[in-house]
Amino acid sequence: MRTLNMPLSDDAIRDLKVGDPVLLNGIMVTGRDAAHKWMVDTFIKKTRQPQGDDLEVYEALKPLLAGSVIYHCGPVVAGLDTKQYKFVAAGPTTSIREEPYQGMVMKHFNIKGVIGKGGMGPRTLAACQEVPGVYLHAIGGAASLIAQSVTRVIGVYKLEFGVPEAMWVTEIKDFPVVVTMDSHGGSLHATVEAHSRAVLQELLAQP
Amino acid sequence: MQDITDNILELVRLTSTDLPPDVEASIRRAVKQEAPGSAARGALETILKNVELSRQNSTHICQDTGTPIFYVNYPISWSTRSLRQQIEAAVVQATKKAYLRPNSVDSISGKNSGNNLGGRHFPSIHFEEVEGDTLTIELMLKGGGCENVGAQYSLPSDALNAGRDLAGVRKVVLDAVCQAQGQGCAPGILGVAIGGDRGSSYYASKETLFRKLDDTNPDPQLDALEKRLVEEGNQLGIGPMGFGGATTLLGTKITHLNRLPASFFVSVSYMCWAYRRRKMTITSDLVKYE
Repeated sequence: MRTLNMPLSDDAIRDLKVGDPVLLNGIMVTGRDAAHKWMVDTFIKKTRQPQGDDLEVYEALKPLLAGSVIYHCGPVVAGLDTKQYKFVAAGPTTSIREEPYQGMVMKHFNIKGVIGKGGMGPRTLAACQEVPGVYLHAIGGAASLIAQSVTRVIGVYKLEFGVPEAMWVTEIKDFPVVVTMDSHGGSLHATVEAHSRAVLQELLAQP
Repeated sequence: MQDITDNILELVRLTSTDLPPDVEASIRRAVKQEAPGSAARGALETILKNVELSRQNSTHICQDTGTPIFYVNYPISWSTRSLRQQIEAAVVQATKKAYLRPNSVDSISGKNSGNNLGGRHFPSIHFEEVEGDTLTIELMLKGGGCENVGAQYSLPSDALNAGRDLAGVRKVVLDAVCQAQGQGCAPGILGVAIGGDRGSSYYASKETLFRKLDDTNPDPQLDALEKRLVEEGNQLGIGPMGFGGATTLLGTKITHLNRLPASFFVSVSYMCWAYRRRKMTITSDLVKYE
């Protein structure tokens, strides 16, 4: 099992192949549905005017995301009253919902890794080849175990999106993931889906 | 009427942190089906480690504590209005104690209520008056990932060559499993309802998920179909987390409702491996959790 420290170099990314287990160290930002829509609408497609602290948050996020990873996760967080935040449960959420946004976000912020579950589609796979980047699969539902790899919550942006949808800036140690989409066009998800569809056709032909 | 808010709070904590024994046993059996060193086996081993850790530390099995779905069977002396208030109070407390993630979002404004309340349907509570003097509350925490891959079919389906019979039901259910891939946190458990209207059909498909994994369907035809669907679902090779592998389904439960002559719905509720469901009974002062 290899350990990778953020920021991730292009060479380190190109070395990764589908199936490789990896332990990640460094700074990781969470972002899911509301965050992706907000980033794309406000800063990439610019169909929405920046409001409130948008521009300030954007400037703060840029150096955090460059060469780093974004985690599709809506954590359970303790210490909301005292702002002494701690992740209690932090498994991945289903990534495919970000398929319309992810490639654009990766390219715009130079994000090298996307962590989530369930895999993503052809647009994200193309962005992985271009950036280069990888999709890293965490184990869905293993929330307490994964939370132990989040050693510190450094801060939070866009808490007005709600706790699950906010962008949490964290420090991680030995965060366990598996590469399921690589920068060479490989996708475990595409392989498994093609196989299962072929089996389905055989099963549908039976009475 | 007694105040059982604290008992409901404990039911929520137990459901969120302690996977039921039948589900855990089924995952332990599944590990042995996966090749040593495979990603599928690794996923199941991680899942089991997480189950143990959550139980030991009383922390969440999954951060998505989902929609809290309560099924309440109450004796005649209990007030449903008061029970609803107590359930809501327990849900608010559970959220404050971080047993539950704040999950209730206004669909128009996008605002999270922060306390898991919101309108008449969040949390989701179903009441049924029963004989006897035992109050039974069953709770399921159903996350969004698996809820999103549920599906409803209207038979006949030309595309799947599925007619209005059990053979047709089999085909659409297999299609639903294939469509879901690993997105619903496979290995999954299916609740299937045949018939009803669109609403009652989905409702029944969730209710049937309260059955134990290792029970048998009293209808031999449906029992055979349940077993066949698990076997064939596993042949699809989607595997834990969609990594590929032998275990795509841990179980299938089928129920049926009467339908209109014109309608033939098949509703599939997909439950993730983090199959959080628990039952509490109260007979006078005796409170039991199972």
